[in-house]
Amino acid sequence: MNSWETVIGLEVHVQLKTESKLFCSCPVGWGGEPNSRVCPVCLGLPGVLPVLNRRAVELAVRAGLALNCRTASFSKFDRKNYYYPDLPKAYQISQYDRPLNGPGWIDISVDDADRRIGITRAHLEEDAGKLVHFEDGSGSGVDYNRTGVPLLEIVSEPELRTPREAHEYLKTIHGVMRYAGVSDCDMEKGSFRCDANISLRPAGSRGLGVKVEIKNMNSFKAVEKALEYEERRQRRILDKGGAVVQETRLFVAESGKTRSMRSKEEAHDYRYFPDPDLVPVVLDPAWLEEERKKLPELPAARAQRFAREYGIPAYDAGVLTAERELADYFEAAARLADPKTASNWVMVELLGKLKEAGKGIAESPVSPEGLAELLSLVVRGTISGKTAKAVFAEMFSAGSSASDIVRERGLVQISDAAELEGIVDRVIADNPGPAEEVRSGKDKAIAFLVGQAMKATRGKANPREVNRILKERLGRN
Amino acid sequence: MKIHEMTASRIAAGVRAGEFSAREAALDALKRIGEVDGTVRAFLRLDPEGALAAADRIDERVASGEDPGPLAGVPVGLKDNLCVEGREVTCGSAILAGYAAPYDATVVARLRASGAVFLGQLNMDEFAMGSSNENSSYGPVRNPWDPCRVPGGSSGGAAAAVASRQCALALGSDTGGSIRQPASLCGVAGLKPTYGRVSRYGLIAYASSLDQIGPFARSVEDVALALEVMAGPDPRDSTSAPLPVPSCRREPPPTLEGMRLGVPAECFSEGMSAEVEERFREACAVYRDAGAELVEIRLPRLPDSVACYYIISTAEASSNLARFDGVQYGIRSGAGEGMIEMYQQTRAQGFGPEVKRRIMLGTYVLSAGYYEAFYARALKVRRLIKDDFDRAFETCGCILMPTSPTTAFRLGEKTADPLQMYLSDIFTIGVNLAGLPAISINCGFDGAGLPVGLQIIAPAFEEPRLLDVARFFEGRTRHHLRSPVLGPGEEARG
Repeated sequence: MNSWETVIGLEVHVQLKTESKLFCSCPVGWGGEPNSRVCPVCLGLPGVLPVLNRRAVELAVRAGLALNCRTASFSKFDRKNYYYPDLPKAYQISQYDRPLNGPGWIDISVDDADRRIGITRAHLEEDAGKLVHFEDGSGSGVDYNRTGVPLLEIVSEPELRTPREAHEYLKTIHGVMRYAGVSDCDMEKGSFRCDANISLRPAGSRGLGVKVEIKNMNSFKAVEKALEYEERRQRRILDKGGAVVQETRLFVAESGKTRSMRSKEEAHDYRYFPDPDLVPVVLDPAWLEEERKKLPELPAARAQRFAREYGIPAYDAGVLTAERELADYFEAAARLADPKTASNWVMVELLGKLKEAGKGIAESPVSPEGLAELLSLVVRGTISGKTAKAVFAEMFSAGSSASDIVRERGLVQISDAAELEGIVDRVIADNPGPAEEVRSGKDKAIAFLVGQAMKATRGKANPREVNRILKERLGRN
Repeated sequence: MKIHEMTASRIAAGVRAGEFSAREAALDALKRIGEVDGTVRAFLRLDPEGALAAADRIDERVASGEDPGPLAGVPVGLKDNLCVEGREVTCGSAILAGYAAPYDATVVARLRASGAVFLGQLNMDEFAMGSSNENSSYGPVRNPWDPCRVPGGSSGGAAAAVASRQCALALGSDTGGSIRQPASLCGVAGLKPTYGRVSRYGLIAYASSLDQIGPFARSVEDVALALEVMAGPDPRDSTSAPLPVPSCRREPPPTLEGMRLGVPAECFSEGMSAEVEERFREACAVYRDAGAELVEIRLPRLPDSVACYYIISTAEASSNLARFDGVQYGIRSGAGEGMIEMYQQTRAQGFGPEVKRRIMLGTYVLSAGYYEAFYARALKVRRLIKDDFDRAFETCGCILMPTSPTTAFRLGEKTADPLQMYLSDIFTIGVNLAGLPAISINCGFDGAGLPVGLQIIAPAFEEPRLLDVARFFEGRTRHHLRSPVLGPGEEARG
């Protein structure tokens, strides 16, 4: 049996975070009545002309910079001609041979191995509308609300080798785009979409095999699953000496399989040509330099800095920087509390509770300042670590501050030596057996006695102090 | 003098001075249309209610002492590819039958704000593709000087309406000569402004990189007046030039002493009729007698302009006209038989043969494998043609040429031979490819009494100079004052 190498390239469509559409002043939105965000321009009515949204260009350039792309000093728009009812002009305004962003790259990391993935280009284009098939079967309509929404199409080089890498690449692009503030990247709302190209070639060969394009994948997991399926399907064909057909295939989430949509023979000739209604985009080098400076710190750089500056493990730094809001949260807390403790609390307690509640970091009921206050109560010995977890749970559900909860519930830790000595003496008196065991050198019983002291104080005793006094009383020092 | 015989400037002055009302001007124009348009057939649709309502608003402004605008009460006809809110606009095509525009074209809004009164929509070659007006889905327009002859095209209705005194002013569009050639064949003044001078927003596109809206009138002064109102940057058109509008209505210079006017050697070898050549040489003599220096210039790529034009314009048209697919508006055929059938049948039934021919040509030249050989090459030739003009303007201030190699031809004479029809645009097409301003004015008549047009071309954005030179000619001649004989009960001449 031959050994095959998988070659994957991804096309990602990112919806840019503009107020209005790419070529008209209609608002960009989600949901709402069909055709409630349309005008003659985005409807492509006879006689209208497109006018480029400056903000979209700014965001696209920023996205390109974040992807290490070479920004084109001269760029233009082209028409991609094809017929479909959701495309009101019967052409899409896109960029063909002079994209706004030329070659770039991003680094991805799979199983601790870093790989640099080339980006061919990232260009601006307008979205199409949406066909709506009436439930009663009486026909179909077109909702043009999405028509003309600005998209950035990011095309990768065919340099991804496994479905896992493809998944990681998408996650990285997703993080970078959100960090750069160019897109919400919400897959459910269609503001982050992906098509994949995959082919197999004999291991070690440099040429490319016949490729298949896969569409209709609506999550990172779906992309990975679709590519895994397609990898298996193509390998089976090639192992039997067959030939893969160049075609577009649809991923069917329910079955986890792909099915043929159209073959190469039905492929379009889009007859690209420069759109004569638009003028070329020429960028001012000084402006571009300003944009470069304004670019926020991106996930990879921030993770490295977190590890260095806060002394947290690389893995933790990676988790904390996956989203800009999460990283911002952590940094705000880390400035007010011990960074390592803050990191553990954010990763374990906060992310756990958020996940349970199905909330994002932006919706966290506990602010970084609130978390820092809680941690300071532990450091000062006001409450125990165990109590702190209970307090945090209440902060999360009720939204009150740590100090209020501690005060109202009387949770202040007992660290006063005289008070604790009395408690310990009582525990020793009540449990002569275990006390004797400790005296005779059996350490195991210490934990039992500490537990009894904690029980007697309903968890408020400072366990470290209890431990110390017990040992002292039972002559173990 | 009847109002419909007055120029636009004269009508606006009369309305502003209270000499007569805008309503009277509109009623007189509508009466005139009723008398002669049965013969000329320039108007596709009239809007008497809208026109009278607009006229009344002008009269109220005059009465209340407000400025009614520089075009106060001037009856205006619009080529049927300009959008007027709430009015049907068809581009002379069956495919758009019944389609009402939901917005005003920028030029329409600007004219409206200046006091113009819109009478209705003027016939044209379907989607502005044609040189004779015979390609309209709604039948041809007749030349007012001889109703057996074509008025030229594609803005044939606009030229014929102005020539026959149905309106003082009309707006047309010029992609390869569609204002100048019918102006020439109908004996009126027609201006194609510099590409970018006038907003194209609301002009239903034929070839976007060539299309330009311009005015028809019976005097250069009127054309200049209309241009001042229409021109200027428009935030809705990215290709509109960010330049202020210069004053175009200056008194013509008393002498052209020191002005160099270029005459291309190539224009005498392109199938020009003897009488056109004669009138053209006479026109040149008018300028020479006034002190201008006539210099021979070379436009060596002029003969290539027809081929270049029919690649670029059809390529753009194939894309611009793709939206007429029966989905959103206009007619829809084959519904219920599937999407592809709907597309095919709608377009098969909706478009006429010339439009189909150009869509096919344009689709072909943009196709994979042919793009470089045709479209990309045509863009290079276009550049060379522009270079020719640039070089010529190093030695002259304006260029003189005939507008059309012949006077108006008979209906049906060239319909069987599209290539022959295409070649009749030889003198006008280069100007569009180079994006220059040019005007056609009446410079006399042939033996059959048909008007001959003189074309004047200026460097980009030099409309004031262009109009000076044109007005100078008008001041020295009386051709533009002649009127075709048409009226109630009059028989068409054979």
